[in-house]
Amino acid sequence: MDYDTLMQILGSTIRLGTPLLLACLAGLFSERSGIFDIGLEGKMLAAAMAAGAVAALSGSAWVGLAAGIGASLIFAALHGVASITFRGNQLISGVALNFLASGITVLIAQALFGQGGRTPPLVGSARFHPIELPFVEALKDVPLIGPLYSEVISGHSILVYAAMACVPLSWWVLYRTRFGLRLRAVGENPAAVDTAGVSVVSLRFAAVAITGVLCGLAGAYMATALQAGFGREMTAGRGYIALAALIFAKWRPWQALGATMLFGFFQALALRPDVVEGVVGMKVPVSMLDALPYILTVLVLAGFVGKAIPPRAGGEPYVKER
Amino acid sequence: MNKLPQWADVVLVPLVSLVLAAIVAAMVLLAIGQSPLAALGIMVDGAFGTAAGWGYTLYYTTSFIFTGLSVTVAFHAGLFNIGGEGQAQLGGLGVALVCLALPWPHWSVALLAASLGAAAFGAAWAAVPAYLQAKRGSHIVITTIMFNYIASAFIVYMLVDVLRPAGQMDPASAKFPAGAKLPTLSDMPLLREFFARVNADGTPKLSKAGEVMYSNVPANVTLFIAIAACVVVWALLWRTRLGYQIRAFGKSEAASKYAGINPVKITMIAMLISGALAGMMAINNVMGESERLLQNSAEGAGFIGIAVALMGRNHPLGVLLAALLFGFLYQGGAALGLNTTIPLEMRLVVQGLVILFTGALDQMVRMLLIWLFSFGRKAAA
Repeated sequence: MDYDTLMQILGSTIRLGTPLLLACLAGLFSERSGIFDIGLEGKMLAAAMAAGAVAALSGSAWVGLAAGIGASLIFAALHGVASITFRGNQLISGVALNFLASGITVLIAQALFGQGGRTPPLVGSARFHPIELPFVEALKDVPLIGPLYSEVISGHSILVYAAMACVPLSWWVLYRTRFGLRLRAVGENPAAVDTAGVSVVSLRFAAVAITGVLCGLAGAYMATALQAGFGREMTAGRGYIALAALIFAKWRPWQALGATMLFGFFQALALRPDVVEGVVGMKVPVSMLDALPYILTVLVLAGFVGKAIPPRAGGEPYVKER
Repeated sequence: MNKLPQWADVVLVPLVSLVLAAIVAAMVLLAIGQSPLAALGIMVDGAFGTAAGWGYTLYYTTSFIFTGLSVTVAFHAGLFNIGGEGQAQLGGLGVALVCLALPWPHWSVALLAASLGAAAFGAAWAAVPAYLQAKRGSHIVITTIMFNYIASAFIVYMLVDVLRPAGQMDPASAKFPAGAKLPTLSDMPLLREFFARVNADGTPKLSKAGEVMYSNVPANVTLFIAIAACVVVWALLWRTRLGYQIRAFGKSEAASKYAGINPVKITMIAMLISGALAGMMAINNVMGESERLLQNSAEGAGFIGIAVALMGRNHPLGVLLAALLFGFLYQGGAALGLNTTIPLEMRLVVQGLVILFTGALDQMVRMLLIWLFSFGRKAAA
């Protein structure tokens, strides 16, 4: 594998890792507040459909993005009502919302456009286009740095850079603000937070809402930047990979960046079996590469690659004592 | 009053949940410009209106009984097995390997061997998440989800690189030998009279040789195995020492440990049974219907098991009824796809709503009922 190929693969690593990163950070906020969310997949899918449909109708990617976030927030609110207000089983709620999303997205897209559950291909300003960073031309001929800059760092859509900015932002919110401290506390020991006079319910709803916004970004990115429009089941298990990355990252933002980019790298490799064959020296079934993130996650869960300890109050509804 | 009478908890809560799910589903249909009543009519007609419709409804029901029982057994041990889909796919692999291994002399021998293969492979696929849960505390929900994806990648690998016969393009195994063909309901004496094809005027349709013709339906002998499995699971859970241990462990891990129940052993056994039941589904779809192993053979039935178990309140009889309900939804949904512009995905919407209302919003339904009951009580007083 030559240097240019490596740069191309790293470029698509970032493109493919971005939805994983956004969804992973989404899950981070929810789970850190003690609400398990296996419905990341469904929220992304709903957002992708809404973003694709509204962008196609309005001709503006930004309006589509807002619609995507809105759709994801509706699903987040349903999850919040089921798991916070009515203290339902958070895992079952997540599973249910995933099914609901995969069905209803196709139903709505079909009712709106009648193209077999797809939204029409997006063109022009209905899509987020790659941004050329300054000095690409100037640096083009510099060895090593030139291709790195033009292939890997420059040439992504604005949402990719926004996702990258979300990493330090999430770290800052979680570890350097009062809200973040309380949010982490409510995921470890809600009773203590309650005793301190802070509402467990509103903190958890706030966390679930942040999850909704971030999943909305992830889904909108899928439909309006990574691809040009929504197709059925287009998230293809990315919500679950993000969940895997979240465990791999042990519920921390910077590690989430590393984990999602690693899984994005696997996805980029799966698209280039020729390169893999060249490096390994034998034919590697593509399905092996597809399964790699899941196998790694199981290994992490099993504690063979460092122990993953989830937030202590995760998955348990909080019942205020009387 | 803050408690419901037991009959209301067992019967009313799932029924009200179902009604709420149906109301939301009807609103979804209205929103996309379809008539819910007309849709319901087509579904009932498609699933129960004809003998062939029954054949498909019962075929789906058979699969859903197995996956519903699978989730039920795990639920009683306090484990949420979302891995039914992967376990059913691996069960399919077990069936395929058994069926392709020998030129089977008779279907009954093949069925016995294939059932063992399906159960063994399904159980093996559940064993790893079970072991990791029991020994290393890895959350079984996440590991079983991961194992679903690993299963589908593994099956793709097996079909593309191992089982695909030379010269075949599509990723599928070879066709099973004729001796492994299971009798369908329309092949069975007496039962098949139900599936006799009739002309428009009600007279039986005759072939050129003058024999009565029968609709070919996918529902097969596996249906009876599924019903037997309901009885076996009921007996296991409520009439054996092991079943008592499983239920005690699910109710309170700490108390059962104190009573001398080995948590590792119970977790493993419950998940092995659960995986075996999910795997057994494959004799219905892989051996009974497609007669070769295809990609994504379980077609979501593993996930429907979750809805079936929740709807059936984790009781084999409830699972049987809920499986029939979902069989109706699946066959009726297919009829909708054929006769209307409503996409097949409507089934997923209904499935999601049923899981949401019966599994996650059950507390809301209970509160609603308690409120209604107290209302009735006030009126009576």
